[in-house]
Amino acid sequence: MNAVDVLLDEQDNPDWDSGTAELGHVLKPGQLDLSHKVILYLEDITVSFDGFRALNKLTLTIDAGELRCIIGPNGAGKTTMMDVITGKTRPDEGTVFFGQTIDLTRLTEPEIAHIGIGRKFQKPTIFENHTVFENLELAMKTDKRVWRSLFAQLDSAAADRIAETLQLIRLSAHAKRLAGLLSHGQKQWLEIGMLLMQEPKLLLLDEPVAGMTDEETERTGELFLSLAGRHSLVVVEHDMAFVKQLGGRVTVLHEGSMLAEGTLEEVQADQRVIEVYLGR
Amino acid sequence: MRTPLIVRLGRSFDARGWLLVGLFAAFALVAVPIMHLALPPENPLHLSTWFITLTGKILCYAIVAVAMDLIWGYGGILSLGHGLFFALGGYAFGMYLMRQIGRDGSYQSDLPDFMVFLDWQELPWFWAGSDSFLWVALLVLVVPALIAFVFGYFAFRSRIKGVYFSIITQALTYAAMLFFFRNETGFGGNNGFTDFKRILGYSITAPETRVVLFGLSALALLGTLLLARYLVTSKFGRVLTAIRDAESRVMFIGYHPLWYKLFVWTLSAMLCAIAGALYVPQVGIINPSEMSVANSIEIAIWVAVGGRGTLIGPVIGAFIVNLAKSWFTVSFPEYWLFFLGTLFVVSTLYLPQGVVGLWFTLRARWRPNSGDELAVAAKGAKA
Repeated sequence: MNAVDVLLDEQDNPDWDSGTAELGHVLKPGQLDLSHKVILYLEDITVSFDGFRALNKLTLTIDAGELRCIIGPNGAGKTTMMDVITGKTRPDEGTVFFGQTIDLTRLTEPEIAHIGIGRKFQKPTIFENHTVFENLELAMKTDKRVWRSLFAQLDSAAADRIAETLQLIRLSAHAKRLAGLLSHGQKQWLEIGMLLMQEPKLLLLDEPVAGMTDEETERTGELFLSLAGRHSLVVVEHDMAFVKQLGGRVTVLHEGSMLAEGTLEEVQADQRVIEVYLGR
Repeated sequence: MRTPLIVRLGRSFDARGWLLVGLFAAFALVAVPIMHLALPPENPLHLSTWFITLTGKILCYAIVAVAMDLIWGYGGILSLGHGLFFALGGYAFGMYLMRQIGRDGSYQSDLPDFMVFLDWQELPWFWAGSDSFLWVALLVLVVPALIAFVFGYFAFRSRIKGVYFSIITQALTYAAMLFFFRNETGFGGNNGFTDFKRILGYSITAPETRVVLFGLSALALLGTLLLARYLVTSKFGRVLTAIRDAESRVMFIGYHPLWYKLFVWTLSAMLCAIAGALYVPQVGIINPSEMSVANSIEIAIWVAVGGRGTLIGPVIGAFIVNLAKSWFTVSFPEYWLFFLGTLFVVSTLYLPQGVVGLWFTLRARWRPNSGDELAVAAKGAKA
């Protein structure tokens, strides 16, 4: 994998002093350059599917440690935006930067996952034929090449981390059950736990509380609030009560571009937002 | 604290598993030689040459079935080209057996008979070194592995999956069969290799040689099972089944499915090749029909009948189908294919997890357990 070439991008990097000795640092997820307090830059992103513009010159920045909610009506481009960040969809135009130096448009999906961007899908996708414990084990941040997996052994530090995460997502009692037998809410939690095992810098969460009971939703909110600061979180959500509970900045997407940004109260008072949501 | 690899290999089977391994090894390596060589033919416990050859052959098939289970049952990739790797291993080893004939062929020439027949004056370049057992043993492993690696790399990189992959592997096998049918290819055309006389200087038809080949096949099967069992219980195995169940999810947590698939695919091909190399001296012939489409499909049937994703199931399946085949093709030769087809349809419809799955279901019924364990048993073999 010649990720060195891929990650090499000098623009926008004031700290860059050329010389290969520095390259190794850029590669390490721990060396993500947050010197401008911004973890994610989307600039003028355009994505078209057969002429339909799913994203239209979208510009968005996420600060390090921030908890950002993204709302918007169906078809506003929320999921496409996630696809662009995680490398599933390549933008037709525009740039996506992770920190100051890492150009995400040049990385593959596993590479993006490896440098510290974790994604939770709308539908919980866990490994149903694996136990809860194994799901977390697979997700754990470690060397994921074939050779290492062949001889991998779980050391006590790793086992402790899994136990910690199990506690956090309240599944300790279910560690040995097949994940497919969990309830819907538990599956969502397991998936969040899998994300956390990857120690991501940036978490992308697509409708994380869909299908959860009110109590589960509230607990999820508490969990997210405790994660903010250590991680940056981007939450796409329809549930306004949940967005309110999270309390961070809110971005409203509409027809592939940003319509408004501010606190929930601010955007709810915004005339254009009301028009889009209520259809004038 | 890291556990040494040898200990981890040992833990691949539980106590009962090792007991079975020990019993099987004792039977194949001690009982069979005694019953074949020491007991007189009129003794009811005497094992005939027919038995040794048939079982030895099925042991080779069982190795192929386990290799197929790794890629299909655990990797979710249905290959209909495993007959190719089996045949390539057989052909590579067959070259050595042809050279061992020496001047004892019909034409008393240094060249294999079919080359004399074609009026060739010297060995083609790729036959160089084929009189060396070690070189040929290397060819058996390397050539199929290389072909599998290159083919797999392009197929998996293009994310070819499911039925498309099956069809392409089938086309590859078919193309190889047509290639080997040509006399000019240098592998004996449609007659292939036969009339073997010796192996490592020993007569290939001697009872002692047969018993040794039988024992080696049994050991190879046990080795394959141990390796496969280690793989599927390792983290590698868990990643592999995760790729089978939700490939894109695996990518998002940072694994590269390409290399995982490629590893198990190439390993599977090499195991088939080893089986092919053990098969040829026991049956005494290798020809392009081994690469026919039906042969590769039959491999999938052994696995389906025995139970996918269970490792031991495919071994059982290989024995059931092939024993039935040897009985049917003698008693009712014209109905064999109908029987095979019915078996496949029935096991697909009513025994989705094969014979092993049936066993699990029945055991669960005899010994009612908690709901969860039932679900584990039922899902354990699911692919």
